[in-house]
Amino acid sequence: MSGNLAVSAHRAVGKADPAIRAGQAALLTFPDVGTSVTFDTVTAPASIEDVERRLRERRYIGDRSLATSIFLSLKLEKPLFIEGEAGVGKTEAAKVMAEVLGARLIRLQCYEGIDLAHAVYEWNYPRQLLHIRLLGESDDRRTAEREIFSSEFLLRRPLLDAIDNDDAIPPVLLIDEIDRSDEEFEAFLLELLSDFQVSIPEIGTIRARQVPFVVITSNRTREVHDALKRRCLYHWIDYPDLDKEVEIVRARAPEAADGLAREVAALVQGLRGMDLYKVPGVAETLDWARSLAALGATRIDPTLVSATMGAALKYQEDLERVREQVPALVEKAQRA
Amino acid sequence: MREAHVDLLPRLGAFARLLHDAGLEAGPRRLTDATRALAFIDLKKHDDFRSALRTVFVSRKEDIPTFEAAFDIFWAPPDPRAAAGVMPGRGRSLPLPPERAQAWANALGLNTSQLNRERQDSEFVARSSGYSAEELLRRKDFEEMTWAETEQVRRLLEQAPWRVAERKTRRLRPARTGRIDLRRSARHAIRSSGELMTLFHRRARVRRRPLVLICDVSGSMERYSRLLMIFAHAIARREDLEAFVFSTRLTRITRLLRHRDVDRALDSVSKSVHDFSGGTRIGDAIGDFNRRWARRVLGHGAVVVIVSDGWDRGDPAQLSAELVHLRRSAHRLIWLNPLLGSEGYEPLTRGMAAALPFCDDFLAAHNLQALDDLGRLLAGLDSRSAR
Repeated sequence: MSGNLAVSAHRAVGKADPAIRAGQAALLTFPDVGTSVTFDTVTAPASIEDVERRLRERRYIGDRSLATSIFLSLKLEKPLFIEGEAGVGKTEAAKVMAEVLGARLIRLQCYEGIDLAHAVYEWNYPRQLLHIRLLGESDDRRTAEREIFSSEFLLRRPLLDAIDNDDAIPPVLLIDEIDRSDEEFEAFLLELLSDFQVSIPEIGTIRARQVPFVVITSNRTREVHDALKRRCLYHWIDYPDLDKEVEIVRARAPEAADGLAREVAALVQGLRGMDLYKVPGVAETLDWARSLAALGATRIDPTLVSATMGAALKYQEDLERVREQVPALVEKAQRA
Repeated sequence: MREAHVDLLPRLGAFARLLHDAGLEAGPRRLTDATRALAFIDLKKHDDFRSALRTVFVSRKEDIPTFEAAFDIFWAPPDPRAAAGVMPGRGRSLPLPPERAQAWANALGLNTSQLNRERQDSEFVARSSGYSAEELLRRKDFEEMTWAETEQVRRLLEQAPWRVAERKTRRLRPARTGRIDLRRSARHAIRSSGELMTLFHRRARVRRRPLVLICDVSGSMERYSRLLMIFAHAIARREDLEAFVFSTRLTRITRLLRHRDVDRALDSVSKSVHDFSGGTRIGDAIGDFNRRWARRVLGHGAVVVIVSDGWDRGDPAQLSAELVHLRRSAHRLIWLNPLLGSEGYEPLTRGMAAALPFCDDFLAAHNLQALDDLGRLLAGLDSRSAR
């Protein structure tokens, strides 16, 4: 039945050469980016140094090896699979990438039970039903069906959006926390990432005119299937060392005074060496620095630290364990 | 497309083979990616070269140390000190199978010990005696079994009829009853001019619960360790199993159990677990599990089974605290104690006394019958918690 309905909509276009894409991009400006967009920021990065510099400009402090992975995944047009403990900046890396490429960020947050209706597309049934009612008996059925199965009645979810769009620059598709989804969804993604096409029975096959830059993140709450990882470049983000973490706090929480930034970073580094259920990530360091800055602190002291520890420690047992050692930890952090 | 420097290609191929032998996935597709990647890299920058190969060839955190060791060994710059027998940075070991290790050592001009850990060969030849009544075998204490009998037990374990119970997932599947499936109902209605003639339904689909086995292999458990490992291997073949062993520290053996062949699997377990038959610190081990693994393996309503006799040299208060935490994140916490099968046993060891109040179930594990009982319990778990 749907056979005679299918409006052939093969909108196939081959993968554009990155250089051509970058050229097109350069002609446009992007008011939503926030800063003034110059020719330079919308061309594809030319080297690892270029990626590093652009991340830094957007106040993302990362390793050179991360810049290398990003650069190669752009060049090889392969998805980038980023793993790391919670709060080390995996999602942020994708967001910043979208900014530096001048591309739109399309984010798909995964959860258990996520299915195609939430990830790819859904028909707007209430509107379709209403439309059919309004048409009444007079119209011929085939026309009616063609009308209601048109893009006007299609609810486009992130994955369809990433494949079928008119963006001048290919969007950045962030598939966040894939470890929360299930195997069925992984299998679907595997298919999507190999051909970048989606079939909608009533409309036809939609092929990507341009391949989006795909970033997949995982907190490793479970192992993601090897077949999916095989399609991707892989990068593990570790906790930063002290100097790097201080730099991150200065970049991302500028309201914290220099001394405070260093002390909070050192404090968190100390906590990471402890036996805790949930080790604080960089996101927690930033929250903590911001909390202390909001209280007007320029240095840390045991009382302040005890009062604000909840910014970094999220388990009752961890809070108890740390509470006894606050004075020692503070002293150590101030010497670091 | 630009290609990497031509001279590099054969060496890159050899490096991929080394990674492959060390257990990484380094097939032709990855090799092609690596070749393409290197075209974009300044080869004089050693760190970029390393990062580029790492991002292509590694796809899980656990493989990073292996990659780094292989990289150091393979791409080490010619060092004058090497001639004098000192090879800095070449001391790390690679998990190579022995027959390949020799070939690599020759090819790279190293001696085998620089590549591979010592291999302690402890291969037994399994003999199978003809007769043992199955019923007797089921009730015989593992401790008293001959080698041949354990072989039979192994076959029986593999054929055990039970499977772990199912739980509802959040994924919905078409069904005759249940919640209304708007997508299908509306699609159908559209075909009949907008009239909702038939309602379609959908229900949560069910999935088997994951099973997490944490097994004590300390000295006092020695008599049971081998059979418990065989048990673990048998369930790993059909269930979603995460397995850990501990005596003084915790080791994850999930991947090692994946060998089809039970003897090879057990062999690799005994090689990677360095504290078989050591002392016991149960609290430390469970604590380690809670911190490093709980979030990764306790999703999806997992059932946790701890196997230990409760002889603990650690602090009972710590054990209690860790079990409280573990029990909160697991669907059900089951403790198996081989000693429970011995006559007149009462859980008087300090560890056992500390643990008992926090376990949902406390079962024996000394013979096949007891493991069958565990199987029945696992198969019968429903979606409600025991608490």
